[in-house]
Amino acid sequence: MEIFRVKKDIPFMKYRGISAVISTLIFVLAIAFLSIKGLNLGVDFTGGTIMEVSYPEAANIENIRETLVTLDLTDTQVQNFGTANDVLIRLPIIPDLSIAELSEKVAVALKAGNRDVEIMRVESVGAQVGDELYEDGALAILFVCLGIVLYLTMRFEWRFAIAAIVANLHDVIIILGFFAFFQWEFNLTVLAAVLAVLGYSVNESVVVFDRVRENFRKMRKASVEDVINNAITRTMSRTIMTHLSTQTVVISMLIFGGEILNNFALALTIGILFGIYSSIMVGCPLAMWLGTSQTNLVITKPESKNNSEAL
Amino acid sequence: MNQFSGWKYGVIIISVILSLVYALPNLYGESPAIQIMPIKSGEKIEPSILASVESGLQEKNLAITGLIIEPFSIKIKFASPDEQLAAKSYVQQVLGESYVVALNLISNSPSWLTGIGALPMYLGLDLRGGVHFLMQLDLSKVSEKKSDGLLQDTRKLLRDEKVKYFASKKIGDTIEIKFRSADALSKAKDIIRSQGGGRGIFGGSISKTTEAYEFSEINNTDEFILLVKNNDISNEDTVSFALKQNLETLNNRVNELGVAEPIIQQQGKDRIVVQLPGVQDTAKAKEIIGRTAILEMRIVDEDQSSPENLETLNPDNLPLGTELYKDRFGNPILVKKDIILTGERIINAGPGVDQQTGQSIVSITLDSAGANIFKQVTRENVGKRIALLLIEKNITEVITAPVIKSEIGGGRVQITGMRNAQEATDVALLLRAGSLATPMEIVEERTVGPSMGKENIARGINSTIWGFLAIAIMMASYYMLFGVISVIGLSVNLLFLVALLSVIQATLTLPGLAAIALTLGMAIDANVLINERIRDELRNGNTPQASIKIGYEKAWGTILDSNITTMIAGIALFMFGSGPIKGFAVVHVLGIITSMYSAIWVSRSIVNYIYGSRRKLDSLSIGEIFKVENN
Repeated sequence: MEIFRVKKDIPFMKYRGISAVISTLIFVLAIAFLSIKGLNLGVDFTGGTIMEVSYPEAANIENIRETLVTLDLTDTQVQNFGTANDVLIRLPIIPDLSIAELSEKVAVALKAGNRDVEIMRVESVGAQVGDELYEDGALAILFVCLGIVLYLTMRFEWRFAIAAIVANLHDVIIILGFFAFFQWEFNLTVLAAVLAVLGYSVNESVVVFDRVRENFRKMRKASVEDVINNAITRTMSRTIMTHLSTQTVVISMLIFGGEILNNFALALTIGILFGIYSSIMVGCPLAMWLGTSQTNLVITKPESKNNSEAL
Repeated sequence: MNQFSGWKYGVIIISVILSLVYALPNLYGESPAIQIMPIKSGEKIEPSILASVESGLQEKNLAITGLIIEPFSIKIKFASPDEQLAAKSYVQQVLGESYVVALNLISNSPSWLTGIGALPMYLGLDLRGGVHFLMQLDLSKVSEKKSDGLLQDTRKLLRDEKVKYFASKKIGDTIEIKFRSADALSKAKDIIRSQGGGRGIFGGSISKTTEAYEFSEINNTDEFILLVKNNDISNEDTVSFALKQNLETLNNRVNELGVAEPIIQQQGKDRIVVQLPGVQDTAKAKEIIGRTAILEMRIVDEDQSSPENLETLNPDNLPLGTELYKDRFGNPILVKKDIILTGERIINAGPGVDQQTGQSIVSITLDSAGANIFKQVTRENVGKRIALLLIEKNITEVITAPVIKSEIGGGRVQITGMRNAQEATDVALLLRAGSLATPMEIVEERTVGPSMGKENIARGINSTIWGFLAIAIMMASYYMLFGVISVIGLSVNLLFLVALLSVIQATLTLPGLAAIALTLGMAIDANVLINERIRDELRNGNTPQASIKIGYEKAWGTILDSNITTMIAGIALFMFGSGPIKGFAVVHVLGIITSMYSAIWVSRSIVNYIYGSRRKLDSLSIGEIFKVENN
């Protein structure tokens, strides 16, 4: 079985004008959603409390709301979570009431209403901790970007590094755009997925760039465009197989992972799908546009020589 | 050309066997158990109690299914959680207060595995259920108290050394002392400086050679003002000391709570993480951990405590150096600001009954420094009252204020004035478990119920298994034998990962389980790269043997690059992530390492084993290869 029976190289780079328009469009849209709707940040970042409670029968959401009102808790959200029996309650930070006391107060009130209610999970984050987690998240993204640019500059050259990181950030912005558009909750776990995508989707660029470098050595007379087209075509089979495998696992997570892993898997799915597109149609054109050519790549000695000993 | 030397096979086989052994404990599951520990950590268990517990449990028809005796704890396994609970309450009753009986889950793996250090993976709170608290120290109180202490120390010093000053007060974190002469000022300065060994109100460890204070002077014609302030070194020292004491106190309190494997750690400069696996009664846990009680002993200002005087006192305009509080009956008591002792000087406390009056009391034992101070203070203040203040949630209450009848040496003190035996027990517990150096607040709480933990485990494992099976089918049908080899490599990768996580006992969380699944999905990339490269070489007309060799060689550089970039992301997650995210990062990074080993070494060894020795090799089972004719 061989899926890609291509006789000639697919002229990907011919469409770089169209892809540039598409990318810009999606990018602008994502930014627009982010700035208009904003991210639906979870308590990890905003501070506040979420409580997941489980009833033996279908939960009465109205009752729960009323119970909360009797506690003077007004700015709350109560919704079903997964099944009709499970309820997710969101509480804001209440001044003069420590987060520890708040969740305890609610738990006691709910238990008074129905003895069989089970508190499945409580997550309370103070305002300051929330700010710090937010800051750390931003720092982590920055660190990853710098790290990747540095490494790729060392292994390849700066043009590839810039191209790869722009392609990557393009994916990240799109993931965030989706989360803003659908108002899916963005929490620490989703942030982990975003960072994993940053690391993962750069693989795609590395594999293609590796081929490009190799092709520059072999196809000495070909144009830059042909070299890139050939590299993409030749790695196409690998691209599809790898992403298919990863996506398979992610689908398995979507099916079996439950509510907590749901948004994590969603972020990965978007990251994987757009990762394929961006490394081919954003990274490569960008590298070309920045002026990648034989002269700035071939200098590196083939490294397969010294590594073959290890095998 | 595709032959491995014997030692390479040897290394692979040994690593696989070792991983099998160390991954094995994960398959045995866990049994409910109770764990008996002495209440004071570090004490050994009396051997005699084991026999009585064993026979008692037998009488109660609670069958012991396993017994682990360690120097500092005894673990008894039961068949069901019901028996475990029954046994806990029974054993606690028999052993009384000097032992803690905690619920625990103990691995069922055979003792030879435990003996070589093979343990199951360490599950995080989101998988086993429990409470996680992040507590923030209130440092404003620390520096405030420290300047209070500085003022008192300085006054005492100057009095003792007979240096005359006419006014002293605290302004913010600076103390101000006024002298009549420049001479007196410089003498005072030298004295204070020589005391710079920085025994602040919370003790401390600044070496004598380090300057602990910042001085400045204002010289007017008729008064000379000395300003003294704790400097940064001294303040930092105080903060770290306060943190250490709070850590110790929390340790003691959690010990009293009866938690099997608590984690209490410093995080950052002024925070403490408390993790209590398996704790279900979060309210009780919060109450005991969050109790910010601080105990202080101070002398009552008897000179101004006549009943008439107390009634006319204006709370906003109290006599210098005093504070007004109420005792348990609502009567006002005027105490001096000087703190004689704090709870940190108490090394033991227990409830008891006063043999003369029949009242409930708490008897406490002070450490030697505390005993000395107490002896001196009681000698100097015979006839006066000594007040015991309990400060909890910013409310200060005078528990009791007995009259000092004579000098009390030896550091044994009895506190009367307890309402009943229960209160005596509570106060004793609080004193024994220590008081906090400074109040703390819970700034993050994550609680996961036990059933949720089980659900989460099932979610993670199902995601991994089904994802793995789907990949296996895809790989085998697309790359045929090479696909099967890749899947074997992937299984070995999973095995390595589980073994590694078990050996280093990294905390496995739900995102960590997701990372295992994700690692499998990503790890296959290396195999795909290799297989595609081999196909490429075959397509280019190379012989099968050469294709294998070149395919692996060419893929290597790419695999390395792509894994290193993924690793960068993993490391960032580890550095900046907290809690569950760290769990994700650890698995992610380890998974990258194991996947490189298994994809390159293990799969190559199998390929070499199958194909390497064949002289005449016409084709490889790597799926159909489409050849481009004009190439």
